[in-house]
Amino acid sequence: MSTGNVSIDGRLVEINDCRNLLELIRLAGIELPTFCYHSELSIYGACRMCMVEVDGRGLTAACSTPPENGMVVHTNTARTRRLRRMIIELLLANHERECTSCERSGNCRLQQLAHQLGVTRVRFGGRDRRLPVDGSSPALVKNPNKCILCGDCVRMCKEIQGLGIWDFAFRGAKTQVTTAFDKPLAEVSCVNCGQCAAVCPTGALTVKPDVDRVWEAIYDPDKVVVVQVAPAVRVAIGEEFGLHPGEKATGQMVAALRRIGFDRVFDTLFTADMTTIEESLELLGRLDNGGRLPLFTSCCPAWVKYAEQFHAGLLENLSTCRSPQQMFGSLIKKHYARETGLESGKMVCVSVMPCTAKKFEAIRPEFVTAESPDVDIVLTTVELAKMIKEAGIVFNELEPQTFDNPLGMGSGAAVIYGASGGVMESVVRFVSFHLDGAGQGRVDFYPARGMQGIKEAELAIGGQTLKLAVVNGLGNAEKLIRRLEAGEIFYHAVEIMACPGGCLGGGGQPVPNDTTVRRERMKGIYSLDRAEQLHRPQDNVFVTRALERWFGGPANRNTHRDLHTHYYPRRRISGKPVDVSGEPEQQPLEVAVCVGTNCYLKGSYDVLNKFAELARQMGIMDYLRLKGTFCLEHCDCGVSVKVGEEIITGVDPENVEELFRARVAARVPTPR
Amino acid sequence: MGTKSVEPAPVQPESIQPGALERKFAKLQEIVSRHEGQVAHLIAILQEVQQEYRYLPEEVLTYIATALNIPPAVVYGVATFYAQFSLLPKGKYVIRVCNGTACHVRGAEGIHFALRKETGLAEGQETTPDLQFTVETVSCLGACGLAPVMTVNGREVHGQMTPEEATAVLNRLKSGENQGERGDQDA
Repeated sequence: MSTGNVSIDGRLVEINDCRNLLELIRLAGIELPTFCYHSELSIYGACRMCMVEVDGRGLTAACSTPPENGMVVHTNTARTRRLRRMIIELLLANHERECTSCERSGNCRLQQLAHQLGVTRVRFGGRDRRLPVDGSSPALVKNPNKCILCGDCVRMCKEIQGLGIWDFAFRGAKTQVTTAFDKPLAEVSCVNCGQCAAVCPTGALTVKPDVDRVWEAIYDPDKVVVVQVAPAVRVAIGEEFGLHPGEKATGQMVAALRRIGFDRVFDTLFTADMTTIEESLELLGRLDNGGRLPLFTSCCPAWVKYAEQFHAGLLENLSTCRSPQQMFGSLIKKHYARETGLESGKMVCVSVMPCTAKKFEAIRPEFVTAESPDVDIVLTTVELAKMIKEAGIVFNELEPQTFDNPLGMGSGAAVIYGASGGVMESVVRFVSFHLDGAGQGRVDFYPARGMQGIKEAELAIGGQTLKLAVVNGLGNAEKLIRRLEAGEIFYHAVEIMACPGGCLGGGGQPVPNDTTVRRERMKGIYSLDRAEQLHRPQDNVFVTRALERWFGGPANRNTHRDLHTHYYPRRRISGKPVDVSGEPEQQPLEVAVCVGTNCYLKGSYDVLNKFAELARQMGIMDYLRLKGTFCLEHCDCGVSVKVGEEIITGVDPENVEELFRARVAARVPTPR
Repeated sequence: MGTKSVEPAPVQPESIQPGALERKFAKLQEIVSRHEGQVAHLIAILQEVQQEYRYLPEEVLTYIATALNIPPAVVYGVATFYAQFSLLPKGKYVIRVCNGTACHVRGAEGIHFALRKETGLAEGQETTPDLQFTVETVSCLGACGLAPVMTVNGREVHGQMTPEEATAVLNRLKSGENQGERGDQDA
């Protein structure tokens, strides 16, 4: 980092370790417009909005210029002004300008900057091509006609989440941001975290709206509509009504939910406490019985899908606990309904989440009661705010109200689920009192808190030291898993949340949703925890009573039936297999060797080769159709091969020949 | 429980000689191995693989992404960026009509039109359904002195073309005079 001073519009500003001119200019109180600059992502320099004039260098993009001592910078000149307007005008020409009916209308960055820079007309003709809108994903909608090619989503997905779902394809005027082979989003390995939509400056990537379905349920007199609200919503929803990020709005939110017409207003905190109890006992059980460690948390549906797609070998390490959202749905449909004498079919369970991946989680086939989903509809924080506005409710003037009982009670340990490290801290709170027994008091587990991507901690308890890790961002999760698998590190328990900062930074939260805002929301979460009377999950009598009454206590066969789940290896991308042998003349026996990543790394190419060699040797090539296929969803069991409809797993160099003779060659007529 | 999609109908690029695909697949893996799975070699890998398959089938690109441990979207991005790569099967004979300034002025359009008409290509189509002919335009072949120019499979260069002569070349190819000339487009 260079030191010294830069002159910005005639004022001398100290460089102060700023990484680029843009940071320095903003520090000096000038809000340069940008589309493609995000402090947590790499610098791309594509939008050219931050152009400034530097004496001796002419026009320069501030984001990609390091400050140097003695630089003289002008941010507002005739040239920069003309340039910025022109850029906006060109972007608008290529942009589908259906602003009034756009999801992002009102908080669209393009709309906002066009207005701010006084662009009142567009002199250029529009695009003649209209590309199809992709609504295949349960969580996100892609409208390429609104994309301005800033690449924010591409870098977010690649750099923070390590996934790379989006990339630029084609070139020149035909350039698009799209998935691999332009496939529908539901057919690639997207985990629905919604971080792409969180950074998208326009309506090109938006959250799939479910507001209408909720209104429909509310207007239906035969339905009892129950709502649950996740912890991270209460510290962010106020932002939609002019409150500061992190400012608590629980009371008004509950009042608004009642005004909207929800019949019962419950709190996900209730099942967060339940999750802590079940998950802590699971951890203690594994410690006692030598079960699979580390135990990974399973509250984050984006992480769960990621693990299913990329780390099938670790699925046994995932806690079998359902997420608080799904535990809640199961309680409502299976137990609350029965107890209150309602038919589960007449109940509609709505959840309000900071998260877009929860929309995907809710439709997972594992989570159903009487053939309908446990959680019927998932709204994001922003969608709830839209409903409140639509209903004409003046949010800030509402008298605060409290949640309904019995499912409206939660401890401080449940509130902190909204922040990265919260689940781990809750487990620590439960375990430390469960094992060491003593009195009331409180546990504050600071090592788990904060925005860092990977946090490590040790906990001395019950005569042993537990090694713990807390991770946010899937890119960080991947780094940690690599080291775990290489045997470089060991933990007893690992919390993983896909979104930076945890759920409070979820893809369904209000924009801006950047690091600064997330820090404030995090502060809000911990101040709520301080204000709670209960700090430990086991002190929540409503939860312990419910566990007794409905399940006969925690961590038993009954809770495992209704509150726990299973995970399945999942293929990453749709598509046909690589044809290896071509079409034989007779009705062939299909032999597909998996060449998906897991199997590939375990040597499936050699298996495929060996099969071809053996088939040739035995003269049965004409009876086989040999293919390399992508993922048979048995990634945890070694190299998989599909023969006809039968799937054989665990093929290795030792048994390949024997398996081929017994399971493949035996099924075709032998010429010999 | 995976979200399974319906598999698209397989594209059959040509009548396949027994063992041809097997050799191609072995070659594909050989190419990836020779480049030691290095991501920096992606373009070279795609070039060599295209020589083998004559285009870049989707499943082959997915396989390359798997072998290189990069997102398939990245491979797709590179493969669609460069004009030299094709994600659609190409014909046995790839005819490129130069439409650079010199050729354009000297009537390249008419040649292009004649070839498309003669091969029965529909609007927006570049390759005949029987995968015999691909007719493309190219911006400049660097043989402006011979304008208008066209090439067959990147090897045979025909200069000072007229629509009639272009049709004659096409018919010669159809009748199989140029046997053994197939394959090897410049990658």
